[in-house]
Amino acid sequence: MKRLRLLFLLPTAGILLLLFAVPLCILLVYACMTRGAYGGTMPPFTGENWLRVLDPLYLGIVGRSFLVAGVSTLICVILGFPLALFISRSGTRKNLYLSLVMLPFWTSFLVRTYAWMFLLRDTGLINTTLQAMGVIHEPLPLLYNWWAVILGLVYGYLPFMVLPLFSTLERLDPSLLEAAADLGARPSQGMLRVMLPLSAPGIRAGAILVFIPCLGAYLTPDLLGGGRTILIGTLIQNQFSNSRDWPFGSAISLALMALVMLLLWIQVRRKGEPLL
Amino acid sequence: MLPLAATAIYAFLHLPLLVLAVFSVNSSRFTLWEGFSLRWYRAAFEDQQLIEATANSLLIAAVATAAAAVIGTLCAHALWKKDAPIITMSLSLSLVTPEIVAGISLLALFQWIFRFLNIHLGLHTVILAHVSFCISFVVIVVLARLRTFDNSLEEAAVDLGATEWQAFCHVTLPNLMPAIVSAALLAFTISFDDYVITSMVAGVDSETLPMVLYAIARRGANPVVNAISTIIVLALGAMILASERLKES
Repeated sequence: MKRLRLLFLLPTAGILLLLFAVPLCILLVYACMTRGAYGGTMPPFTGENWLRVLDPLYLGIVGRSFLVAGVSTLICVILGFPLALFISRSGTRKNLYLSLVMLPFWTSFLVRTYAWMFLLRDTGLINTTLQAMGVIHEPLPLLYNWWAVILGLVYGYLPFMVLPLFSTLERLDPSLLEAAADLGARPSQGMLRVMLPLSAPGIRAGAILVFIPCLGAYLTPDLLGGGRTILIGTLIQNQFSNSRDWPFGSAISLALMALVMLLLWIQVRRKGEPLL
Repeated sequence: MLPLAATAIYAFLHLPLLVLAVFSVNSSRFTLWEGFSLRWYRAAFEDQQLIEATANSLLIAAVATAAAAVIGTLCAHALWKKDAPIITMSLSLSLVTPEIVAGISLLALFQWIFRFLNIHLGLHTVILAHVSFCISFVVIVVLARLRTFDNSLEEAAVDLGATEWQAFCHVTLPNLMPAIVSAALLAFTISFDDYVITSMVAGVDSETLPMVLYAIARRGANPVVNAISTIIVLALGAMILASERLKES
């Protein structure tokens, strides 16, 4: 009984150890070393890379990443709430409507990002259509800016907001809203003062699930933001490619990882249930 | 009011992909409609680099999915019997680890090991990386199914003289099959689509489809990408729908 269970756990434990824990430990060692003359890592061991993370230049990038992830999360709440509410009230069609949210999400992140490039670029569909109609004469600069990045992130992670929101809204007792109405609340009041507070756990779970991937996003800022929008993900990637500063790159990676773990820990502790 | 808002958000989710599909059959190279043509599909099927990259992607996804399905199912079964907090926690953590961090830490690992073993980056490193991130998805889907499964069935088999292993193979596994296939389809789509981690640990001879698409997308508009994208969305979409069906059954 016990032996079989251990045997079943062994492969996963081995892979987690070899391909998850050990690599992070290697990053930890790298983060305490010095950059070699031609890149790579060398002794002596130093704490300098960790201090460099706190440099105003990099703190600015971290701050901007928080801002972009925060705005994206907020827009996801604004768009996700009505959608989740609609699905939770759609009766027998629930599963169909949920699948319609998830379907684009699972079918290729890269393609979905490319689709927005196709729409937004100077010679993209929106600009060429507007020019053909004579509305504008010069193409609008829609791509390669912060708003394009935020649009891509919202588009990419909206389902992460809809799913947890839907599951809290589904459990919400409709008689509470009726009671509020009976007691004289206008629909907007019932919404703001009854429904919103009761769906807070769903919003919180969704916010964490959207915020975390947005914070570490690499592909979206790279493709939709061009070279002009540096976020934490881009910063890490640059350290390992262009700058060849592995120790510093490792330090930022681990700092990001620690941040993610902190956010997750707060969420798990509040909800009191495991993620899996 | 609410259905209207929902319709608008659904349009936001689906229109960009729909537009891409429509323009994949546009005969013009530019973004103005000039008439129906399948030329971009023909161009895609004649592009040797694209075909090789697709073959690589299919091979990687198939091997990684098979391995993750077996390993993840075993793990889910063990976790169902009794929770193993460290493993559960590590699986959840690996699920939320930013892709860029996962990719870079794996690259560091491979470079470090290979310094001693004299091995190079290639398909095998990509497959290993994909197995590691696919396992979590398999465990989630299979474990969810096991939680609705009656433990007494397995116990009955053992009472009737089956060994633990026999009970697992002949009683639990057949019942789990739809969930395992559903999980495998999900893992396949994730593996087939991954760019960030793959590009970190791929060798020079192991370019995958997302890597080629990324390179073209960065260079500029290319209607061939519209054609490939449409095929990808349709194929992965079909797999996801099949996966959902199996999960519910």
